Amino acid sequence: MTTPLAGYLLVAALLFAIGLAGALVRRNAILVLIGIELMLNAANLNLIAFWRFGPHPELLTGMMFAIFSIAVAAAEAAVGLGLVISIYRHTNSTDLDKMNRMKG
Amino acid sequence: MQESATFTPQFAAYTIAGILWLIPAAPIVASGVIALLKQPRRKPAAALAIGALSISLLLSLVAFVHVVAGWAHGSVVREFVNFVWFRFGSSTVDLGWVLDPLAAVMLVMVSFVGLLIFIYSVGYMAHDENFTRFFCFMSLFAGAMLGVVISNSLLLLFMCWEIVGLTSYLLIGFWYQKPSAAAAAKKAFVTTRVGDVFFLLGIVWLFSQTGTLLFYNHGVGSLEGLALANLTSQHAAFGLTAAGAIGLLIFAGAVGKSGQLPLHVWLPDAMEGPTPVSALIHAATMVAAGVFLVARVYPLMQIGAGPHGATVALTVVTWVGASTAVFAALIAVAQNDIKRILAYSTISQLGYMMAGLGLGGVAVGIFHLITHAFFKALLFLGAGSVIHGCHDEQDIRRMGGLRADMPLTFLTYAIGMLALCGFPLVFSGFWSKDGILEAAHHWSLSQTPFYLLVFGALLTAFYMTRQVCYVFFGHWRGGQNAAHESPKVMTLPLAILAFFAIALGFIGTPVWPWLHAFLENRPAAFDIHAFAEPGLGLLMLSSSLVVFLGLGLGWWLYGNKLPKAEAPDALEKSAPWLWTPLRDRFYVDEIYGATVVALYAWWARVADWLDRRVWGGIVALVAWLFSLWARLNRFLDVHWVDGGFDKSCEELSSGGGLLSRVEGGRVQNYLRILAAAIVVLAAILLWSSRP
Amino acid sequence: MSPIFYLLAALTIGGGLAAVLLKNLVHAALATTVAFAGLALLYLELDAQFAGFAQILVYIGAVAILIVFAILLTRGSDLPKDSVFSRTWAVGLVIAAAVFAVLAWAVLQSLRAVPQQMAVPAVTVHDIGNALVGRYVLPLEIVGLLLTAATVGAVIVAMHEKERPKP
Repeated sequence: MTTPLAGYLLVAALLFAIGLAGALVRRNAILVLIGIELMLNAANLNLIAFWRFGPHPELLTGMMFAIFSIAVAAAEAAVGLGLVISIYRHTNSTDLDKMNRMKG
Repeated sequence: MQESATFTPQFAAYTIAGILWLIPAAPIVASGVIALLKQPRRKPAAALAIGALSISLLLSLVAFVHVVAGWAHGSVVREFVNFVWFRFGSSTVDLGWVLDPLAAVMLVMVSFVGLLIFIYSVGYMAHDENFTRFFCFMSLFAGAMLGVVISNSLLLLFMCWEIVGLTSYLLIGFWYQKPSAAAAAKKAFVTTRVGDVFFLLGIVWLFSQTGTLLFYNHGVGSLEGLALANLTSQHAAFGLTAAGAIGLLIFAGAVGKSGQLPLHVWLPDAMEGPTPVSALIHAATMVAAGVFLVARVYPLMQIGAGPHGATVALTVVTWVGASTAVFAALIAVAQNDIKRILAYSTISQLGYMMAGLGLGGVAVGIFHLITHAFFKALLFLGAGSVIHGCHDEQDIRRMGGLRADMPLTFLTYAIGMLALCGFPLVFSGFWSKDGILEAAHHWSLSQTPFYLLVFGALLTAFYMTRQVCYVFFGHWRGGQNAAHESPKVMTLPLAILAFFAIALGFIGTPVWPWLHAFLENRPAAFDIHAFAEPGLGLLMLSSSLVVFLGLGLGWWLYGNKLPKAEAPDALEKSAPWLWTPLRDRFYVDEIYGATVVALYAWWARVADWLDRRVWGGIVALVAWLFSLWARLNRFLDVHWVDGGFDKSCEELSSGGGLLSRVEGGRVQNYLRILAAAIVVLAAILLWSSRP
Repeated sequence: MSPIFYLLAALTIGGGLAAVLLKNLVHAALATTVAFAGLALLYLELDAQFAGFAQILVYIGAVAILIVFAILLTRGSDLPKDSVFSRTWAVGLVIAAAVFAVLAWAVLQSLRAVPQQMAVPAVTVHDIGNALVGRYVLPLEIVGLLLTAATVGAVIVAMHEKERPKP
């Protein structure tokens, strides 16, 4: 007996929650980005799972979505990390608690 | 307007009655002009006053002649002019003037005596700096007095009466810087006011009963048949009819003005005024206004005569008059101021006049009034001459022997004194006083007034002799300066008045009672047989004896044996128990002071306390309440309004502070809020789409 | 539920947990890589071979390296003085737990509505290539443009700024 759809969905949900927890809880900016990557990956897993157990897998909708998501996530990770480096250069810190210049 | 008989052309009658109003108007106008003159203008002021009064005298003589002519032809002369003053509702208030024998006689007397006194005053007041003010007030007085005489309306009479009272006040207090003069003026005004209150009540009552205040008005006047019948049919208290009660109320006004017994206290103090004032106002004319008033409203008092021929009102008048006569004469015995003796003498003689009115009728009283006016004015002017000659000394104990220094004054003064005493046959006072005594003797109710009046005559002779002895006989007891005779301008009026003090007696003798006939509108015949009337000769003899007795007593005690100035009086030495109450004026002033004045002062203090504590307290309370209210408002304003405003501003800024915490600038917080919101939304969606 | 699935799930979840919980940043980055690998294997399990290999190539080959570079460039290897967790970490935990609760509830509610088993799809790489340049050509071009822009942008953002002349 193979794994049901719900199993994959639950795993994806758990991974999503973990990624979200990391993004909300950790102080370092890079770890926040890691958390975001985990969340994106969880969403990808959801997409693939639904493609596999969906009605028309030959349309490849889910697969395409996941691939494009991977591509965009990579681009976004690049830009985000570039920003973190730039901020580190200015403030010499990656501590998010200290970054409240947009306050008010 | 009543027409006289056909002898007089209507034109003349009309004109004379029509211009009657000029007689009082001329002096009043003169008074106004003098008041407006730039000070000091002595000659113009005196000229104006004397000129105006001369015009009045001239017109009065014309009117008098006219009335005599009418009387001689046997008609009842009563010409009047009435006019409406104002209307209210259906009633009107009328004023007017009347010319009848009574008015004509009074007019001539007042203006003639007044004129003589004015001329005298030019000399007497020559050294006074308020010369013009004096003549202004005197002129006003003369005009008002003449107005009283010719008035046909009780209201107009009252108004002129009040003006007379006012000028009396002004003239008594002429030297107002002297506190005694100011006090005397106030006393005169207040005392006469008491009488005037009753007078006014009488006026109001008369008006409400009869609807008119005119005396004569074609039969509907208040002294004519219709009104009198109306009044006598109504009864007031104490057995009086309405007529009698009104008459008594009016008499109360006369009591005040003429200084009768309870209200006499102001007259002696009124001697604070200058002597011409005393002569004119307080001897000859103003005080006689009361007597004239009673004569004027005589029909009111006479109507409804009882079985003895007397009414209650006239009985009261008689008793008041008789008791005043004796009371004042007693006090005059023990006075030492030359003018005060004459003042009490005036009060006494006014009592005689009132008694004469009550006992014998209008003619008897008015005859004495006329003669008294002349000789009393003469006596006062003579006293003024003496005062002037003795350098303003008024105490008779510091005079003496002026017979030699002031012969003319002495002569005229003696004539006046003898006239006052009633020296038989020659002097006017004898005939007029005898008329009163005869009426008293024939009075049916009681003989007591007769005895009182006889006793009064005795006292009069006594105290006048005393005064003359003190002043003119003996030796000079005054200071260093000797006395001197007064100037012609003062002695000439004295001489004229002395002449009339003798001559006027002969118009009222029993053999030829011209005045009585004239006033009572009946023919006068010269009838020598009148002397043979039973009792008349005896009466004349006994009154002469009384006079001689008084003169003799006075001479015996005082003639030529006067001691030094400080030594006590002869009578005082022999009978001090009698002397003291007489000298202290029977303590009437003190009684008034303790009762009426004290009550009034107490009342004034109560009113003052009320004003300060109660009303003032209320005002202060209201003010305090207002300040309390203001403070409450301030408290509310500061704490609630300001505080509320400040608080809300604070809340606003702290709320803003709170809100700004949402934008903390921390990315993770934004993310958290985002995630939380998504959770909420998803939960809602899922919940609503449950199967 | 096959045992392989459980293993792979545990690997992925474990890697994710480690990534979030570890204090050392480099260790966290490596744990992320493990999570990425686990996911790739799950894709393979789901018969999405192309996606699985693309995952390995892109995520493990590029993104993980990128993360390590970033850590190195920001001295992330040094242990921080304060705690690595935020001062209000409980709030974040609660929110994450809430999110998981909602998602799990949705999944469990739809157990009957959605088919849980399906036949293996017959797709080849040939089909994927055809789809890419056929039906999905527009998204492909746009993604290309996006990648170009992202690259340029990342370079500019992370570039050393030249010294500006003093005004």
